[in-house]
Amino acid sequence: MESQISNLKSEIVFEDVSKFYGEILGVNRVNLTIAPGITSLVGPNGSGKTTLMNLMTGLIQPTRGRISILGIEPSDPQELFRKVGYCGQFDSFPKGMTGYEFVKSFLSVHGLSNKEAEEKAWRAIERVDLIDAAHRKVAAYSKGMRQRIRLAQSIAHEPAVMILDEPLNGLDPMARAETIRLFRQLAQEGQHLIVSSHILHEVDKMSDRVVLINNGYILAEGGVMGVREEKMEEHPMQITIRCDRPQEFAARVFASDSVVEAALHEDRQGLFIKTRNADAFYQLLNRVVVENGMNIESVSPVDDDLNAVYHYLIGSNGGGQS
Amino acid sequence: MSAAVEVQAVKSAQAGHDWSLWMRQIRAILRIEVRKNFWGRRALLIYLLAAIPVLLTFLLSIIDNEGGGADIRRNWASAQEAFAAIIYNGLILRTVVYFGCAWIFMNLFRGEVVDKSLHYYFLCSLRREVLVAGKYISGLVVSVVLFTLTTGGSLFFLYYARGYPANVNYLFDGPGLTQCLAYAGITILACVGYGAVFMVIGLFFRNPIIPALLAYGWEWVNFLLPPLLKKISIIHYLHSLSPIPVSEGPLATVVDPTPAWISVPSMIIFTAIVLFLASIRIRKMEIRYGNE
Ligand SMILES: Nc1ncnc2c1ncn2[C@@H]1O[C@H](COP(=O)(O)OP(=O)(O)O)[C@@H](O)[C@H]1O
Ligand SMILES: [Mg+2]
Repeated sequence: MESQISNLKSEIVFEDVSKFYGEILGVNRVNLTIAPGITSLVGPNGSGKTTLMNLMTGLIQPTRGRISILGIEPSDPQELFRKVGYCGQFDSFPKGMTGYEFVKSFLSVHGLSNKEAEEKAWRAIERVDLIDAAHRKVAAYSKGMRQRIRLAQSIAHEPAVMILDEPLNGLDPMARAETIRLFRQLAQEGQHLIVSSHILHEVDKMSDRVVLINNGYILAEGGVMGVREEKMEEHPMQITIRCDRPQEFAARVFASDSVVEAALHEDRQGLFIKTRNADAFYQLLNRVVVENGMNIESVSPVDDDLNAVYHYLIGSNGGGQS
Repeated sequence: MSAAVEVQAVKSAQAGHDWSLWMRQIRAILRIEVRKNFWGRRALLIYLLAAIPVLLTFLLSIIDNEGGGADIRRNWASAQEAFAAIIYNGLILRTVVYFGCAWIFMNLFRGEVVDKSLHYYFLCSLRREVLVAGKYISGLVVSVVLFTLTTGGSLFFLYYARGYPANVNYLFDGPGLTQCLAYAGITILACVGYGAVFMVIGLFFRNPIIPALLAYGWEWVNFLLPPLLKKISIIHYLHSLSPIPVSEGPLATVVDPTPAWISVPSMIIFTAIVLFLASIRIRKMEIRYGNE
């Protein structure tokens, strides 16, 4: 009993939740329990990620079912947003504000004193690295900066649960890496992070848990490692290598147990590998490079393990249907 | 027993804390909204509207011949009646304050849905009822400041046209000051009542223009309505308070003006009911900008 209550206080629980927009299905019969740590919500466009997040934060109400965030109902914003921060998908802002005013104003609305609001605003702006632009109008920001200032606004009141809808969308690679680092840091500080994405490999590395969603239904949920082990057998990892002597290379690696398939690219400037043992393959790759002095331009997983699971579950090559 | 007492004490302390929290939050909302209303691009139209009656009375006061300043000096009583009926009732109350409040208060929520920025409030640790209160008060501050200035400015030029000595007498030894305060009071009350109505219209209707125009029609044909229906309008109560009786024309049904001690509280109660409706509505409100 005791532990059940404490679980309830640290988990996000969906109990048989459905949401219809009139006739249109948003999500259907969702039963989901999300423990602390980083959870990724992954599915193609239109699969219901934003709907789930809006339900969690009370921006929309479920047609059926119950939702509880650390024991709080989404219909009680005063309690809920002491614990929760939500960075939604809308790229829009109140008119006429600078980045700093934007972050600070809403901290005041939370009820913080002026001094507290100022301090926390600067702390959040620093975290997203926008100090220099803080006194410029948001309207003059680039898309990436707008994304970051919105992130700052949603984490400024230091919530225990952070819900972020496609936070990496529209960021350049640098900002992306920075943002992922920030997420890891926040998770280390004990935050609950829920991050959505329609690109699995963008988030799987940082996630403790992945929830796959498609057409409004939850398809799978679980730890990244568990899913990997389970699906490795049926879905070998695929890797693309661009190099100068692909035929020679193919002959070399095909002799190894770890490779189940190797095919040359049409332009003969690279090859395509399927392996059941990625670690062994990478060791082999290193040996070949050193021994044969091959010139390797790039090595990239076409779709790594989880990606393969994702495709398998979505039943197509991803993102196609919506 | 002592535990129960303690729980009681904690609860009331909690409640007390909430009130001070809500006041702080309302102040924060006010800072955002008032600034947006006074400086935003949407404000420009309101300034123009608010300036019209002042400009008009200014022109009347400097045109020193028939129909203008000369008339005002010669026949103060009829000038005052004309002011009450045409400038104040027709222009300020029914046009400037009405449409000004419509614009200001309907935009409190509609404007943020259009701008897709309402969710930032919904995502704060803030009761939605407190948001309604904060937004309404911001609308009031803006409209009351602007439209009492309009009222005051128009009155100023009316008196100005008449010249200095006559005014000092009329204002301070006669009924002048009371009349001016009554005008200001009616303007403020109009903002209170129309403001609440328009905020709710903006919350309930996707396209608020039509309900606003319907309400406008209702308020205009008010003088023709049978006595009972007449009392279901804001303008009736505002008329009742007029310092100078305004004739509604030969077609009007005659209803005794409602005395101030009834009309003022009725307006306040009416406003409270409307605000209550707004807070019910906003608790159910969903953010769905995409489909608007
Ligand atoms: N406001 C809305 N009105 C009608 N349908 C909607 C609305 N919002 C979302 N939907 C529908 O619900 C489904 C899920 O959408 P959404 O949650 O936005 O998906 P995602 O965020 O994964 O792209 C889609 O089919 C979408 O068309
Ligand atoms: Mg989405």
